[in-house]
Amino acid sequence: MRSIGYLLTHYDVLGAFGVNLQLTAWSVLFSLVLGIILVLLRICPVRSLRLFATGFVNLFQNLPLTIVMVFLLLGAFVQLRFQFSSNFSTNFFWFAVTGLSLYTSAFVCESIRSGINTVPLGQAEAARSLGLGFFQSATLVILPQAVRGSVAPLGNTLIALLKNSTVASAAAVSTETSSLMNTMIQYNASSIVSVFLIFALGYVILIIPIGLLTTWLSNKLAVRR
Amino acid sequence: MTDTTFESEREFDSDAMTANTYVDREGFTRSTEPHSPRLKLTKAERKKITRSQRNQRHEQQSVLFDEPGPRAQQCIRVINVIGVLLVIAFLAWIIVRFANPPMGENQLSWKLWEPALNGRAWVSFYLPGIVSTLAASVVAIAGATVFGFLFALGRLSTLAPVRAVCSVIVEFCRAVPVLLFMIFFWRLFAGLGMGDSSPFWAVCAGLICYNGSVVTELIRSGVGNLPVGQREAATALGMSHMASLMRVEVPQAVIASMPALVSQLVVVVKDSALGSVISYADLLQRARRLGSLHFNPLQTIIVAGVIYLVLCGLLSRLAQWIPAYMQRRTTGVASAADSA
Repeated sequence: MRSIGYLLTHYDVLGAFGVNLQLTAWSVLFSLVLGIILVLLRICPVRSLRLFATGFVNLFQNLPLTIVMVFLLLGAFVQLRFQFSSNFSTNFFWFAVTGLSLYTSAFVCESIRSGINTVPLGQAEAARSLGLGFFQSATLVILPQAVRGSVAPLGNTLIALLKNSTVASAAAVSTETSSLMNTMIQYNASSIVSVFLIFALGYVILIIPIGLLTTWLSNKLAVRR
Repeated sequence: MTDTTFESEREFDSDAMTANTYVDREGFTRSTEPHSPRLKLTKAERKKITRSQRNQRHEQQSVLFDEPGPRAQQCIRVINVIGVLLVIAFLAWIIVRFANPPMGENQLSWKLWEPALNGRAWVSFYLPGIVSTLAASVVAIAGATVFGFLFALGRLSTLAPVRAVCSVIVEFCRAVPVLLFMIFFWRLFAGLGMGDSSPFWAVCAGLICYNGSVVTELIRSGVGNLPVGQREAATALGMSHMASLMRVEVPQAVIASMPALVSQLVVVVKDSALGSVISYADLLQRARRLGSLHFNPLQTIIVAGVIYLVLCGLLSRLAQWIPAYMQRRTTGVASAADSA
């Protein structure tokens, strides 16, 4: 049995969590942008764009994240020779961010769309009667209220994203938590439970505040009607 | 999934309708006039009318824009063409990249696709892979239901310590990534000498821990959404708190959460692909093996991806179709939940 202190000093556990947080932060940025574009496309009057966005969302909602990651690694990188950087670890990091962002943007789109359902019909009618076009009424009237109404599902998506960032190990990111945990268990098989609890509690500490914060925010930001 | 906007649009649209039309249950406009002699139309006119009807139907899908006038229609048509061209250009770019990756071989060549699609690939790789994926998913969803049932009873118990312990366990299982559970159980089971079957049970255990906690919350919120009268009636019949839960409330909550449980099955099937990381021979893992055999992982993974799409698509279809059949058997509201 190894002591917790030994495990924490001999392995860079905090650094591994740092990698996961970085993956999450970049993916939050890209998936929010992509998700909002997708939701605009999904509700716009142009048929081809709507179909494209629907197809994109259905594709990534019904595909396991693992297969997206493996595809990016073995398909896009090895066979199609896509490359972000000649440095292997930076390269795989950005592949993982790509996979996470594409996958999460589908869920961001659906979360915001569920928020649009909370916006009363009168708001859209009022916007139209003021003479606002589709883009104006969507960006000035509907989406701001929809985003405020979709804080709770967006928070759930963020939690799922943070947990999903462990799947980056399928895209050969070897410094993140699940890979480190695997290595630590391999070399310290006798203290498997303490190794697992270190990582599990790390995620509990990260995720419970996010849950509390989104509950508080969704109450605070909800549009009073 | 119930779309409140869709409902209200239908009402909104019916205001604009003339007296002899009505909106049927699918939301389409139908005429009550049986045969009008005036309706002798030329082919072109008929085409025009069906097009405007199609536009009207499509207008029902969004409240964000008016029925487009001639200029807007022109504009939409132009953007539509541009959109189609952009999508085609994107696909063409991908195909060109497939056909001619820098310093690589043509990924469209039949030489690479044939081993990914022939009978041998299906018989010895994809089909056993599908069976393993489904086996793990079925065991996991069954286990998750049992887990959820027990912990929901625990969280609804009148004994504070039982409630506290169950809450802590459920919150813990919800917060820890499934992959960490799988790696832990995999190493643990291997250490306990389970040998070759340890990846399978690790996948199942990992999926049960996470999805069980989700099912717990589903059942718990299902009980919360039942009308108060159910509990009052049970109490009036002299049932204890536990008896009321076991015999009246939880069975109805389980039925009400059935659509959400089926949507959860989609999540289970998707998450079971994590098993490939811990060397469980599921669909993804077998596709990778086949790919490394013939140096065509790109092609085999695309085939596996299409299989996953079909599987999950069918399950989501089922989840949308089920609520109507479940609603009669519960006083709660049977509706599919969002699966993240």
